[in-house]
Amino acid sequence: MDFLTVSNVHHTYFSKKAVTEALSNIHLSIEKGEFVSFIGPSGCGKTTLLSIIAGLFEPTVGSVKIEGQEVFGNDSLSIGYMLQQDYLFPWKTIEENITLGLKLQNKEKEDQLLASKLLNDVGLPTIEKKYPRELSGGMRQRVALARTLAVDPKILLLDEPFSALDYQSKLKLEDLVSKMLKEYGKTAILVTHDIGEAIAMSDRIFLFSPRPGRLYRTFEVPEEIRKLTPFEARGHSSYSSLFQIIWKELESLEQQ
Amino acid sequence: MNNNKLHEQFIQSLVKEKRWVKFYQLLILVAFFAMWEIASNLRWIDPLIFSSPSKVYTLFINNVADGTLFVHISYTLFETVLGFIIGTLLGTILAAVLWWSPFLSKVLDPYLVILNAMPKVALGPILIVAMGPGMGSIITMGAIISVIISTIVIYTSFRNVDANYLKVLQTFNASRAQMFKEAVLPASFPTIISTLKVNVGLSWVGVIVGEFLVSSKGLGYLIIYGFQVFNFNLVLMSLVIIAVFATIMYQLVELLEKKLIKNG
Repeated sequence: MDFLTVSNVHHTYFSKKAVTEALSNIHLSIEKGEFVSFIGPSGCGKTTLLSIIAGLFEPTVGSVKIEGQEVFGNDSLSIGYMLQQDYLFPWKTIEENITLGLKLQNKEKEDQLLASKLLNDVGLPTIEKKYPRELSGGMRQRVALARTLAVDPKILLLDEPFSALDYQSKLKLEDLVSKMLKEYGKTAILVTHDIGEAIAMSDRIFLFSPRPGRLYRTFEVPEEIRKLTPFEARGHSSYSSLFQIIWKELESLEQQ
Repeated sequence: MNNNKLHEQFIQSLVKEKRWVKFYQLLILVAFFAMWEIASNLRWIDPLIFSSPSKVYTLFINNVADGTLFVHISYTLFETVLGFIIGTLLGTILAAVLWWSPFLSKVLDPYLVILNAMPKVALGPILIVAMGPGMGSIITMGAIISVIISTIVIYTSFRNVDANYLKVLQTFNASRAQMFKEAVLPASFPTIISTLKVNVGLSWVGVIVGEFLVSSKGLGYLIIYGFQVFNFNLVLMSLVIIAVFATIMYQLVELLEKKLIKNG
């Protein structure tokens, strides 16, 4: 059975002046442990779709289910969401930031151990008592990853989490995220503008067309790239041919 | 030269600058009182109205000696501190209620504007008749003068908390109360502190005016009494004491600020 199913989702934004159709007739399904990317020109509704999958709001029509459970208004379902910036709480220590999700869900017991284990895993041991402002952008985003993983989410939703970083930090973080997700056996959806990033990290890529957002094409990433780390994948020969194909599709979408 | 030595020099220059700042601050204070004394003695200003530091000091010593001053100070101080705390606390609670219910905040918006624009001290006579001419109505004056503006400022700060922090909490299935406690309130501490600083001044105004109207004790009473019997030594002494205690309150708020906001 599919792990995540999005069926017949339409979403429309209403404002005083306008009615904007953001998503139209979206059907897709993702398997457990799979890493998929949503790409597309701006205005294709990919972030809207991600928010709907996160259960942040209800789609106008349609439903999103994880393991058969409706996501919207379901408090028992835990979802990890990473934003473009880390949004660590500046008045909390790193440890408090990481264990925030557990605290909110009243599962505080093994907090401290978990925090230091996760920090170790993301390569930042012994910074529990520091404050976010003492860390660099890349380090903060790694802490945000640890915070997201702390609640043991069923699925990770990554909303361009690498886009605000410098190139080197971005490549390193891609490798780290990819490794951690494999280790923890997590399913993940990445929203990105960067075709290369999508290819390097994903098993499948969903390309969306804009106004209203529709699922335009799905690409399978070849097996030989999937096995590699994102950094190695960028150097593989199949990488550039897939890049060219997606690039052309994206170009043609933008000209429409 | 090594870095340690340079660092030492840097620290020293900081210390030096701080010392000069303190020196000039003290100089202004001394010069002010000296000029006041001289101007009064040489009759550049009318000593009957403007008194002089030496007369104020003598009066102060006498009043401390006969124990009357202490009663007045403690009355006013108690009223002011209570009015200040009630005003800010109530303002924060009201702001929280408005944040909780956007609908209510839309409904109440024009009334907040009206209440804020109205001169609160004008309510004094009504308060005194309604609550009786005692401490209760004076404390209420001290509180009422700051509560609406606190509500407006703090509510604005609550609303301006970056929505992405709330989004993070929402993905953890946080309740609205948890969002308030974990993000909205702590993010607004700097604003609440600056409201406190403003309210220090406001609550003194409320209490002194309240005492003008009704009281038979307190520094406001001393001022109005001094005015009636044309004893301006008394008026100026009260003013100096108010200045001292208002400053102390302000410093306490700054201390609280340092405790509350550790992470800049």
